Amino acid sequence: MSQRKVELWVGAFVFAGVLAFFVLVLSVAGISLKGVGSTYIVYGEFNNVGGLKTRAPVKVGGVVVGRVTDITLDTKNLTPIVKISMYKNKGVYPETSSLSILTSGLLGAQYIALIPGFIDDEDNGVLKNGDKISDTKSALVLDDLIGKLIYSKNKNKK
Amino acid sequence: MTISFIRGIGKATISLISVIGCACLFLLRALWGKPHKNLFSLFIRQVFQLGILSLPIILTAGLFIGMVLAFQAYYVLVNYAAEQSLGSMVALSLLRELGPVITALLFAGRAGSALTAEIGLMQSTDQLASMEMMAVSPFKRIIAPRLLAGVIVLPLLTLLFNVIAIFGGHMVGVTWLGIDSGAYLSTMQSSVHFGGDIVNGMIKSAVFAFLITWVALFNGYYVVPTSQGISHSTTQTVVISSLFVLAMDFLLTVLMF
Repeated sequence: MSQRKVELWVGAFVFAGVLAFFVLVLSVAGISLKGVGSTYIVYGEFNNVGGLKTRAPVKVGGVVVGRVTDITLDTKNLTPIVKISMYKNKGVYPETSSLSILTSGLLGAQYIALIPGFIDDEDNGVLKNGDKISDTKSALVLDDLIGKLIYSKNKNKK
Repeated sequence: MTISFIRGIGKATISLISVIGCACLFLLRALWGKPHKNLFSLFIRQVFQLGILSLPIILTAGLFIGMVLAFQAYYVLVNYAAEQSLGSMVALSLLRELGPVITALLFAGRAGSALTAEIGLMQSTDQLASMEMMAVSPFKRIIAPRLLAGVIVLPLLTLLFNVIAIFGGHMVGVTWLGIDSGAYLSTMQSSVHFGGDIVNGMIKSAVFAFLITWVALFNGYYVVPTSQGISHSTTQTVVISSLFVLAMDFLLTVLMF
């Protein structure tokens, strides 16, 4: 086989390999070429984060507007701090917004729901980079719930 | 009796160490120093030999493995009404384990054995020695392009394997078993991470490629120059490189995930 034909085949092969790489990246890993755009960081202080994981989505009414980037423990107050990066192109939210950790479905993964607050006057502005949200609802721990249920049932019997 | 037993252990250890040393020197001589002036065109020809000619078996195997994987996973997942997550199951098992490992095993059987036989015949017919007589280093002219080509080709083959296997899974899952096409892709996209899964799979496959071509070339170069010797070396290449691939896969998996 002549060198030119070999080169043609090899070129096609490498091209197919690169194409396969982009198929995997774009279609299987679901990374969009546009990226997520710029983000800003917001901290949320919870009592209990339950099974929340990094990279979990932050949703407003079911639409993803950010992601959890880190979960740490505030060593002074001994409360978990969740670091969230919010997408700048998904709007701005008042400072009075609240966060709650919810579960998608009965056994699904946990995510953070952001409930936008209100703006009444000039006192409260919008969430900015580095802001901290303290108005939070912790994760529902199923074991605790079952425990409470059994406890209240036993109390009713008496 | 005891003395000869201990002597036997010593002898085996010394020969093992000398083989390892020999293999490392072999690698060093192939990669160190000025490369051959026609390295690129030699390399292209080897990419053709190792890559293009392995494509049919890789693609066919990939398609069927993807189909079987989807089929078996479906029957487990459907018990938990979780057949929607078939996509993520197929994609993750392929990208992390099956893709790199099976492609490497097929590559060892298809290309590794061919490399050993080729170099072995060159060695037994004194082609390599006569090359050296003409002041052409066989390491630079024969070994180095093959090693480079192997390391480049196997990750590319793995990528193609993964894509066609995911397509095969899609074919069985969506077209045959009736899973929603959007669910197949969306569970896949939400569970596959670029860095953690795709890149690590590629790193694995590059490591396997290096091991396989190294073993194949070494076995070919140090062949016993008889027809039996060549057949022994070829078998040895496939057996040893397959074992290396599987052992290395465990090691890399422990380190990566």
